[in-house]
Amino acid sequence: MTITDPKSQAPQSDGQTDPWSSSGMSAFKALLLRDAYVLVRNLKEFLPRTLIQPFLLVFVFTYVLPKVGMGMGGSAAASGQGAAIYSASLIAGVIGSVILFQGVQAVALPLVQEFGYTREIEDRVLAPLPVELVAIEKIVSGALQCLIAGLLVFPIAAIVPATSVHLQINWPIFLTLMPLACLMASSLGLTFGTIFDPRTVPMLFGVIVVPITFLGCIYYPWQALSSIRWLQIASLANPLVYISEGFRAALTDIPHMTLWAVYPVMVAFTILLAWNGIRGFKRRVIA
Amino acid sequence: MKLNQTDAVIHTEGLTKVYPGDIKAVDNLDLTVFRGEIFGLLGPNGAGKTTTAGMLTTRVMPTGGSALVGGINVVDHPAQAKRVIGVVPQTNTLDRSLTVWENLYFHGRFFGMSKQVAKAKADALLAQFRLAERAKAPVLALSGGMAQRLMVARAVMHEPSILFLDEPTAGLDPQSRIALWEILGELHKDGQTILLTTHYMEEADQLCDRLAIIDHGRVLALGTPSQLKESTGIDTMVLISIAGDPSLAAEVLTAELEGATEARISDGKISLGVVGVAGVLPKVIQIAAKHGYVINDLSVTEPTLETVFIKLTGKDLRE
Repeated sequence: MTITDPKSQAPQSDGQTDPWSSSGMSAFKALLLRDAYVLVRNLKEFLPRTLIQPFLLVFVFTYVLPKVGMGMGGSAAASGQGAAIYSASLIAGVIGSVILFQGVQAVALPLVQEFGYTREIEDRVLAPLPVELVAIEKIVSGALQCLIAGLLVFPIAAIVPATSVHLQINWPIFLTLMPLACLMASSLGLTFGTIFDPRTVPMLFGVIVVPITFLGCIYYPWQALSSIRWLQIASLANPLVYISEGFRAALTDIPHMTLWAVYPVMVAFTILLAWNGIRGFKRRVIA
Repeated sequence: MKLNQTDAVIHTEGLTKVYPGDIKAVDNLDLTVFRGEIFGLLGPNGAGKTTTAGMLTTRVMPTGGSALVGGINVVDHPAQAKRVIGVVPQTNTLDRSLTVWENLYFHGRFFGMSKQVAKAKADALLAQFRLAERAKAPVLALSGGMAQRLMVARAVMHEPSILFLDEPTAGLDPQSRIALWEILGELHKDGQTILLTTHYMEEADQLCDRLAIIDHGRVLALGTPSQLKESTGIDTMVLISIAGDPSLAAEVLTAELEGATEARISDGKISLGVVGVAGVLPKVIQIAAKHGYVINDLSVTEPTLETVFIKLTGKDLRE
């Protein structure tokens, strides 16, 4: 038997007490750094894909429709006040939908591709940290993109509407709701990313994301649904409803779903979706 | 040579993987790979090589047995184990959102290198692997051979105790294959321990210090290439191409040629193992002529790893 002289380094594992947890954290940071770097590099793709949907929503509902005399805003529509209230309510919903949409675009779609045929995820899975942390990094990096996307709605809201929109920002609610909404949307993206594959991903938009956004209380407040009771109850299963209503509470003084429902349900959704997503992620990368 | 545990970079005992549906991909594998050697897992597709490599690199969860890599239990401490392994997978897993250079830079950062160290290392590796002028290219612009070299560079960047390569030259053109062999040779010279899986016997023969021939998830034989070839007991392989039905001719030759062991027909050629005979070719021609066979082509070779595999399993590596 030929054995080459062992002149390679001593095993790096020996003699070190516990460098693992810190090395896991530095790997986690480096993964975030990589995602941020790619985001900045792809800004010219990120911005249009993020801005166009909220711009169109705000443009059509708060500029075009009022201008052509089909403005929304219930009985008060005729007066400028009704339009302003409707605009504020819509902006809250638009922020919610943009965040949710971004969660799917920033997390689910890349993952579907990476699990599917490129297996690009492999080098990150082989980084020296637990696989669960690689999945959590996806949630964090997705949530940061959701945050940017959500904040980009504000300049749109300031410029586009025909009647200027007056947002009444409740800072404590806004500052807690924003990160929670982002984490929830990004966890949803992780769950979707581990369920769908390149073949079924068109379904994700047609069958899931579109109904969630249309029925996510963007265009109307949840309480207004009291006249369609079954829809009001069915809507409770839609995660976007809580985000939209939460932003109504954070940004307007129009009636909204009680925060005693909004926060606990959002926390529960976030935990459930993150847990499910991490489990799915592990299943996809470890045979 | 007596080796103790500290010389072992990989040590598995009873390592087993049963996939759902009772598919036994790896069956009770005992394997030890020593520091500094190139170790090969040779076997046909579906033999369990990739699953074995997957278990050793934390990507496949064993259903039985144990595996230590660099002294670390890969099942109990996968995050630690990942620090001491470098992996070149079968498919191109380069980060398509990044350039050639950035693929290395960020890999270094994943492994805790500072900005400066990662930069310097990325530059040095690109030079070493002759990819420096492609540094700014998107990885999709690389040829198969270059992509493979970049993946090797990435895998050794964090100085792993062991480098895994899964079918490293499958799908590469002959030139790129030789280039990769040279690179692996250089890494080996620098003391890098390497485990590779392959179904190319030439690759196993050329590169490996020791290899395990595996099929159906079990080790059939283990040793240096020359030990394995000697174990067949065959000194010479005679390849005969004749006009007409080769199977009858094969029977005749086996019966009448002194030292002939057994004959096989593959690709229409007779392949005959012969023991301890000099001047075998004239005798073959003589026997063929006596029975009226026309020989189109005739050659002799040493026994190869293919011979070993056939001897062990009764089938070709390519089957």
